[in-house]
Amino acid sequence: MQRSRVQRFAAAGLALVAVTSFTAACSSNNNGGSGGSGSGASGRLNGSGSTFQLTFQQQAIQNFKSVEPNLTVNYGGGGSGKGRTDLSSNVVQFAGSDSPIPSDEVSSFHGKTVLYFPVIMGPITMSYNLSGIKNLKLTPQLISQIFQAKITKWDDPAIKAVNPGVNLPSTPITLAVRSDSSGTTENFTLFLEKSAGSAWHLGSSSTVSWPSGAHAGNGNGGVAQIVKSTPGAIGYVDYADAKASGLSFASVKNKDGNFVAPSPSSASAAGKTVTVAPNLTFAAVWQSGATAYPITYQSWVLVYEHQSSASTAKNLKAYIGYLLGDGQKLLPSLGYAELPSNIDSKAKAQLSKIAS
Amino acid sequence: VSTITQTDQAAAGSAPRGLAGRRGLGDRSFQWLALGCGLLVLVILVLIAVTTTQQASSWFTTEGWGIFGTVWDPAKNQFGAMPFIYGTIVTGIIALVMAVPVSIGIALLLTEVVPFRLARPIVYVVDLLAVVPSVVWGLWGILVFAPWIQHIYAHIASAVTGVPVLGFFFGTPTSGASFFTAGIILAFMITPIVTSLSREVIATVPAVDREGAYALGATRWEMIRGVVWPHSQGGVVGAVLLGLGRAMGETIAAALVIGSSPTITSRLFSTGYNMPAVIANQFGEASGVFRAGLMGLGVLLFAFTIIINVVARAIVERSARRSRGA
Repeated sequence: MQRSRVQRFAAAGLALVAVTSFTAACSSNNNGGSGGSGSGASGRLNGSGSTFQLTFQQQAIQNFKSVEPNLTVNYGGGGSGKGRTDLSSNVVQFAGSDSPIPSDEVSSFHGKTVLYFPVIMGPITMSYNLSGIKNLKLTPQLISQIFQAKITKWDDPAIKAVNPGVNLPSTPITLAVRSDSSGTTENFTLFLEKSAGSAWHLGSSSTVSWPSGAHAGNGNGGVAQIVKSTPGAIGYVDYADAKASGLSFASVKNKDGNFVAPSPSSASAAGKTVTVAPNLTFAAVWQSGATAYPITYQSWVLVYEHQSSASTAKNLKAYIGYLLGDGQKLLPSLGYAELPSNIDSKAKAQLSKIAS
Repeated sequence: VSTITQTDQAAAGSAPRGLAGRRGLGDRSFQWLALGCGLLVLVILVLIAVTTTQQASSWFTTEGWGIFGTVWDPAKNQFGAMPFIYGTIVTGIIALVMAVPVSIGIALLLTEVVPFRLARPIVYVVDLLAVVPSVVWGLWGILVFAPWIQHIYAHIASAVTGVPVLGFFFGTPTSGASFFTAGIILAFMITPIVTSLSREVIATVPAVDREGAYALGATRWEMIRGVVWPHSQGGVVGAVLLGLGRAMGETIAAALVIGSSPTITSRLFSTGYNMPAVIANQFGEASGVFRAGLMGLGVLLFAFTIIINVVARAIVERSARRSRGA
């Protein structure tokens, strides 16, 4: 009795091994035949960090399998801070980060050069819940006053002045903000700091001390949920989640004085005029350009310039090269913006710096 | 340890000579293995304490006594832990005020009122509460419970506004995700542990004492008050403190329903924060002193829960010893 069960197990195991190796052989054959673009990279790459990049990374990893079937890429979220910590302690080979390495964190990288590869841009929407009002307009000044609880009702004269002819209700404004620390919060507050200037008192950080009474939700999805379920709510939500939750979002006045609605193309437009530093860091919020959406943010993949082994360097080049190349085409359908060609070409040129 | 060695010697002495060597080796290696397992836990605990304290050191050095400041604002580099300590204490108290009477009630029901046959299924049901994962409590709390109870909060708040003491605690502003909601969810979560510990303590009351009370003509209530309560008081207090330790360390459920606003206010229906929740929420994007501060909150929480647990264990032990002696 006992032995026959063991035998059955063994037989099943063998069969399973046979089947998997057979399918593996088939699939690699197929890819070798059709793709052929693979540069022979193989092994494993691990990354973690920015949750803003998560959807993009997951989709890119999925599609990258057909380009380099022997290279396995993993990307875990956890937030930009976690990604940078993981990179500095060599837990991962690349990190996703929504902001450049902050000055107080530089020392943890032990003087090693970190390369920035911008891979993704996206608009942050001002999503609101006002039944029947579809095309609300907001200025940076209004947004800064609303998020400091200086304007507390939707029919405030200041909002009416910007939205003539719109029948605004007297509903109190409910703020929907992030409960977790987030690159979205950091870039949204950076936008307010740059655009509203001294009228903005809360500073810019991944966590901000919002006025009491603000409703906090976890992740973009959590904020979207609050906006959706609370009449009179307004919150900052990334475009992909706002779209997925079916929220209405406001057009925001940009630096050139035009009201622009958030979309992948208006976010890309913000990247066209941005000044890029030699290390490829930049801030896409509050950029000039007639069609540029002002609350646009970006995210980077961070890697060490000097890799411990030639194969890791090769693998990183292959994967980041994919993100900057064919991977970019995935972005608009996911609700993000492609990098404008001027930034993309600079990033591609930097790939050759990764060496062992 | 001493009792183990004694029995070992006794066993070795009584065993036939031929087997003694082999058996001794087995016993000895088992003893080392068991000791190793025990020490491993201790070593891990110490290592956690050391590394977290190390990582939090820049918070302790830059803030000094400012770690107990009342403002937590990473955008302005202010990292005072008081709002979170306050929230942890307030939600813990709310949870205890609600959970303890219910738990002791259930424990008395099980030991004094219903026959053993019926008590078993009730124990199962109460223990099932402990099986529900924390995140499920949190999601249920924020998606179902908070929107529902928000209206009740609003009604209570408008009724008590202007009333001296009640208005101070239950006045506006109100929010579905608040100190009070977190306290209620925590109460659900600690009820099983407080119930089962209290039940065990109450079950140790000698039958002779109960019978004696009945023989003197005491009613059931008089028997509970006169015999059961004095006998199990200490143990129940310990059980309550262990429940408090659980409530203080509970993370995800609290993070979802507490409202995530670092404010110190007497209004229990307004949004707040506690220590585990802020660590869970803000760790992802934190860096520098901000990150060290969150680590430091972990160290403080670790210290608080250890103190509470040690005190609770001591009380339980003492009452158990006393009841054995009685």
